Amino acid sequence: MGTEATPLAEEPTTPRPGIRPAKVAGWALLCAIALAPVVARSGYLSSMGCQIATSAIIVVGLGLLMGYAGQISLGHAAFYAIGAYSSAILTTKAGVHPLLALCAGAAASALLALIVGTPALRLHGHYLAMFTLGLGIIVQIAIEQGKRLTNGFDGITGIPALDLGFICLDSDPRMYGATVVALVGCVLAARNLVDSRPGRALRALHESEEAASACGVDVARAKLEVFVLSAVMAAVAGSLYAHTIQFVSPEPFGVQFSVQLVVMMVVGGSTSVGGPVAGAALFTLVKQLLQDAGEKVRWVGYLDTVLFGSVLVLVVVFCPKGLAAVRLPAILGGRTFVGETRGDS
Amino acid sequence: MSLLRLSSVRAGYGGLQALRGVSLHASEGEITALLGANGAGKTTVLNAVCGLVPIAGGDVFFAGERVTGYPTERLVRMGLAQVPEGGKVFGELSVRDNLLLGAYSRRGRSSRAEVRDDLEEMCRMFPVLREASSRRGDTLSGGEQQMLAIARALMSRPRLLLLDEPSIGLAPMAAAEVLRQVAALRELGTTVLLVEQNVAAALQIADRGYVLEVGQVVLEGTAAELLASRDVRRAYLGRDYEGI
Repeated sequence: MGTEATPLAEEPTTPRPGIRPAKVAGWALLCAIALAPVVARSGYLSSMGCQIATSAIIVVGLGLLMGYAGQISLGHAAFYAIGAYSSAILTTKAGVHPLLALCAGAAASALLALIVGTPALRLHGHYLAMFTLGLGIIVQIAIEQGKRLTNGFDGITGIPALDLGFICLDSDPRMYGATVVALVGCVLAARNLVDSRPGRALRALHESEEAASACGVDVARAKLEVFVLSAVMAAVAGSLYAHTIQFVSPEPFGVQFSVQLVVMMVVGGSTSVGGPVAGAALFTLVKQLLQDAGEKVRWVGYLDTVLFGSVLVLVVVFCPKGLAAVRLPAILGGRTFVGETRGDS
Repeated sequence: MSLLRLSSVRAGYGGLQALRGVSLHASEGEITALLGANGAGKTTVLNAVCGLVPIAGGDVFFAGERVTGYPTERLVRMGLAQVPEGGKVFGELSVRDNLLLGAYSRRGRSSRAEVRDDLEEMCRMFPVLREASSRRGDTLSGGEQQMLAIARALMSRPRLLLLDEPSIGLAPMAAAEVLRQVAALRELGTTVLLVEQNVAAALQIADRGYVLEVGQVVLEGTAAELLASRDVRRAYLGRDYEGI
């Protein structure tokens, strides 16, 4: 409760807390983990870091869509694929500059999201999930069958490294660094969006579409905008992926990956901006660990589906706001894992 | 001049016809009351005006323009604001964010400074909102939420305010305070269409009124005429014919 003298027109001033040692330690740990692959120049750590960061970029977008527009997409792997294949095709077959190819992929993705989202988001209910599920299947089949452009199942090899002019991202640690920068950019953009005028509209329509439209919010349009934004983020992640692996094939872009992205988002929590990153990191790490273990003991490799299925159910039942919203025991400060959840203050 | 005019509007929910040809108007700068029993169609009139219930027949005119079937957000941009029953404040948003959402439709029409001035103005009108500025909407009491809802609607600088039962569920003191604020809106030049179950209180602040029964206007007149009407007194003010 502010003091009576505080004019409402100014930003509410919460009493600025002193620097909390726990918070500093948390950030330091996070930075250390994020920097480890670069410092260690480890190819293995870097490529895992890349996987986490690319997934996280997509999940940040999905989190905006789910957490604020209240819509689920089961086809974000399609936008991811469009980004990756745009980069792959344009750079190898047309000799386009990688950055230009990245922008082209993002634009194509945005256009497709606009086409699919316009009818789907005018309807009330979860039609977007069905529309995007269909889109995901269509895009995958198109990639598999459009052999002249995509080389079908053989995939496209020889994708050049991302050359930014002042630095050529030709190693995994470098590419990892760039992906993390892109992720941080997306997280900051998402945070800004949530606190801005359109974000306020999104939070309002999440509570009540009728009340939001009574405030003058064009509900269908607001949802469409956030859907397009999330598609663009997925396409950018796809382009970065293509330049990291320097090879694309249809396999990682299936509906399965779309579903995994939703799992990451739900597990991490969609109503805080940090949740998606946590979800992506957790999911990718566990998956990789199980895969590594599976090379020694075969059946362990098949555990991931069972494990993620159970975790998803447990999260939805016991902490529907996601792991990021789980409060630490009071002895550890009683804070949430990843910052404050919106609507928790 | 009438700012809002309904001409034989029919509307309903599914098979149920809630409005069976309602014609009425609200004059600029006046408070017009809609009275009637539960289920008479008062709220449906408001929802039909602001596009939340589809209109099956008839026309709605706002500021001289035929607006039948316009989407809600377009009507809001034209200067119409609605305060739904119970206020429907955004519980998870801060009081300040609620108020700023009210100004959502003003982008391009007003500068940030003007919006900030209006925020300040709302705090002067409703001092309780200043103290609660950074609190979540759902931590306010019922009366405070109602004030916030009215203030949020006013933030769009509406020409016409639709108020649905602003005093329902409030303690008598809070109800009186809310209605006092509504009466004060007339000084701002805002036209009000007021649905109210407390007939006596509504007619005290209103200029004109309509009585609805099962989806039709059965009586209309100035507030004084309605207050004096034997039918109104018997049906809504708890008087018997013998007592009049």
